[in-house]
Amino acid sequence: MTDASNPLLILLVILPLMAAPVCVLMRNAVAAWSLSLVVAWAVLGISIKLLMELNTTPTMYYRIGGWDAPWGIEYVLDPVGGFVILIVAVIGALSMTYAKASIEKEIPSERIYLFYAMMMLCLSGLLGIAITGDAFNLFVFLEISSLSSYVLISLGRDRRALSSAFKYLVMGTIGATFYIIGVGMMYMMTGTLNMADLSTILPTIADTRTIMAALAFLTVGISLKLALFPLHMWLPGAYAFAPSVVTVFLAATATKVSLYVLLRIFYTVFGNVDVFATFPIQPLLMTMALAAMFVASLAAIWQHNIKRMLAYSSVAQIGYMVLGVAIASEAGLTGGILHLFNHALMKGALFMAVGAMVFATGAVTLKDLEGMGRRMPLVMAAFVVGGLSLIGVPLTVGFVSKWVLVSAALDAGMWPLAALILASSLLAIVYVWRVVEVAYLRPVPEGAPAPAQVPLSMLLPMWALALMTLWFGINATLSTDLATQAARNLMGGL
Amino acid sequence: MLSAPDAILAAILLPLVGGAGVVLFGERHRNLREAVTLVTGAVLFVIVASLTADIINGARPSLIAYEMMAGLEIKFTVEPLGQIFALVASGLWIVNSIYSIGYMRGNAEKNQTRFYLCFTIAIASSIGIAYAGNMLTLFVFYEALTLSTYPLVTHSGKPEARSGGRVYLGILMATSIGLLFLGLLWTLNIAGTLDFTPGGILAGKAEGPIVGVLLFLYMFGIGKAALMPVHRWLPAAMVAPTPVSALLHAVAVVKAGVFSVVKVLVYIFGLDFLNDATADNWLIYIAGYTIIAASIIALRQDNLKRRLAYSTISQLSYVILAAAILAPISMIGAAMHIAAHAFGKITLFFAAGSIYTAAHKTEVSQLNGIGRRMPWTMTAFAIGALSMIGLPPTAGFVSKWYILSGALETQQMFAVGVIILSTLLNAAYFLPIVYVAFFKAETKVDGHAHVDHGEAPLGVVIALSLTALGTVALFFFPDIPLGLAQSMMAPEIMGAR
Repeated sequence: MTDASNPLLILLVILPLMAAPVCVLMRNAVAAWSLSLVVAWAVLGISIKLLMELNTTPTMYYRIGGWDAPWGIEYVLDPVGGFVILIVAVIGALSMTYAKASIEKEIPSERIYLFYAMMMLCLSGLLGIAITGDAFNLFVFLEISSLSSYVLISLGRDRRALSSAFKYLVMGTIGATFYIIGVGMMYMMTGTLNMADLSTILPTIADTRTIMAALAFLTVGISLKLALFPLHMWLPGAYAFAPSVVTVFLAATATKVSLYVLLRIFYTVFGNVDVFATFPIQPLLMTMALAAMFVASLAAIWQHNIKRMLAYSSVAQIGYMVLGVAIASEAGLTGGILHLFNHALMKGALFMAVGAMVFATGAVTLKDLEGMGRRMPLVMAAFVVGGLSLIGVPLTVGFVSKWVLVSAALDAGMWPLAALILASSLLAIVYVWRVVEVAYLRPVPEGAPAPAQVPLSMLLPMWALALMTLWFGINATLSTDLATQAARNLMGGL
Repeated sequence: MLSAPDAILAAILLPLVGGAGVVLFGERHRNLREAVTLVTGAVLFVIVASLTADIINGARPSLIAYEMMAGLEIKFTVEPLGQIFALVASGLWIVNSIYSIGYMRGNAEKNQTRFYLCFTIAIASSIGIAYAGNMLTLFVFYEALTLSTYPLVTHSGKPEARSGGRVYLGILMATSIGLLFLGLLWTLNIAGTLDFTPGGILAGKAEGPIVGVLLFLYMFGIGKAALMPVHRWLPAAMVAPTPVSALLHAVAVVKAGVFSVVKVLVYIFGLDFLNDATADNWLIYIAGYTIIAASIIALRQDNLKRRLAYSTISQLSYVILAAAILAPISMIGAAMHIAAHAFGKITLFFAAGSIYTAAHKTEVSQLNGIGRRMPWTMTAFAIGALSMIGLPPTAGFVSKWYILSGALETQQMFAVGVIILSTLLNAAYFLPIVYVAFFKAETKVDGHAHVDHGEAPLGVVIALSLTALGTVALFFFPDIPLGLAQSMMAPEIMGAR
């Protein structure tokens, strides 16, 4: 394996991090948006370039200040990280394009530049998490992204956004604290914070109570950020009341990055310890994942607020990803990682469609959607594409995810699990079709004003995600290859 | 002339191109829009038919469209059973389009462009199912067919259409995703392939109770075959306009179901393997039960379309019963019955729609004396009814003959009993309709708007006469479907000798 130092890694984090204060200094909505847009697309360009370089060099690093690891802070990029930064960058670029029109309608104009500053910080934090090779540095980025997302959520028009943000703040802080307690315990036992270094030292002391407790703290802490059932209580409110574009961005990236952190801990930090054989993690994760799939899907069926419904659906979909991890085979891990990508595409498209409806008519409840199929055909069609993908209909990414996950469960001899995965998809039919039926088979309410024209800057990103939902469902070779490569690379640590 | 792989691709894409044409002309150029549908139908039928001779002679043209994921291909292979299905679906689409034009204009239905568009997608999906070369391809088009027919079922947008659509989509999606998808992935897991292979792919790989479980997943997962208790979607789908009930819920959708059942039994399990594993005994009983129970329910339906729907459920299980007998000769009967029932039942639905268009009558009890006002319609209805009962000179007799021969040959006395009993029941719920229509005096309903009606619009009458003629013609000239069916069973028949 050839290693290579690559300064692009640090650029990925520095660009948005520096853009944030500049946004504040500019104090101008349009200027701040323009800068953020350029940065977001530049980040996408860099991550695509990095992903292509990963083909020839499977691991890249950058040592900050030239200090060698484990003393200095090291950034490492491998196929898993590459896959995750791609997801974050794609969603970041598309939602920044989408943001302008949507935000102008939802946030008072004098605060808009602050919104972009926070978005840049959040983007920087999420990217940082995906490329850092240092357990403490990861905490720093986790906090950067979390703090900025608390602010972003509280910017929502509805006053309930404030209480939702506060709830998220409390829960998120507990999660981050648990994480740092876990890291602290490991530091106490090993004297290092570098992930690669930790992984070489940990096997000798893995069966000590301190390390077991550390892993427990880490798992619970990350599960909170990940919104794994039953630690998901903050998520529905936060997604429902945040500004539309914030929901798009967070739903498609934040929980995904948290899952990535979980994978990093299990497969890199504890890479030389067989986590699933040493600790009783499998039954725990599997139970929680299954509970998420069923309970959250059932909860979604009863929601009247569409954003809340999609939020519960997200909790359920996180269940599928964690389930893939819990199967603890290469195929299962591939399924989990693939669903990370696929779910980002479909949920991004869905939340963008809802955002467009909010923009045009202010509709957020199921009742507001009556006749929407006729009032906003293009937007509703994108919603249907995303919805079909949530169900797992062929020719959408959801089908591919389910294909890989169910195959993995069968390969591992867990056929009841396979049946349960598909049984939970049936609940998705119910909550998706509730919306479709109202939108297409109910008449347009009398006296409903014509919906405002949705600008192309919102329609194009929405349709880009919807078309990707179809494209990677029809031709899944690229996405499955990337996910397989990532899973193999992670499992290679064993 | 197109080469065989090109013809396959053309057959699947052509209806979609036609669909684009339908949207292009839209409501403003109604005649051009309908012309597009008819021309597309005619060209499609020619393309499909051009493959027939080679298939009878044993050719199995194949085409790999592309690879979906590593090792998973979207693949098409034309084999005799699929060819029968494709011929029936594409041929009857032309007749149905003539009928649709008369019906939709006669009843001034709304959203006709959407209606014709969804029809083209449904036909493309049906051809995709017919020509699928592996289970993945079949599944993809199977789901596409469910989704593209949903807007047709809920066409009117009324509350009863909404609830009907809910049952329709709910049952079809739940069974296919919950059971069929699992069966398919399990098969892949065990056999390592999903290709339809003569003799099956599970022999030597699966054994014991797994075979039974897989069979269960397939038989109930293919909800479109309407095996009880997953049959409820079919009566629910009757809220659709009659052309939809006629082509889709008497031909394309339901035949896609039984076609998939036969296909799975022959090309995934393999007859010899199932015979050895003796895992399918229950299937004969479930199919037999469905035949009898659906007939008894049909007997008690006053709504004509619902009675026809339950009759369809019963007739579909004939195909499943015939296939479950596992004798090559009954398999030929199953294949024949797919064609025979299609012609007979579409005629009956055409007649029901014709009565609705001309007289606005929907109940059996309103039909006294209607035969004198609508002689063409009711004569066609009588021919369709004879075919359902299985009397000569109609197509239903031929297929029933083969099914019965297979049952007798393998000493399946339960199956023989079911066929005899259901023949009596069929007669009991069809013949009275014919009798009252022709021989009872018309009951005058005061204030009814359509008392003095004649025949339905010309397009409707032409269509139902054509299909009635087809039902009789299949009795005298069953060569093409029979040749195809025998070609399908050639390996088994050769093996037996």
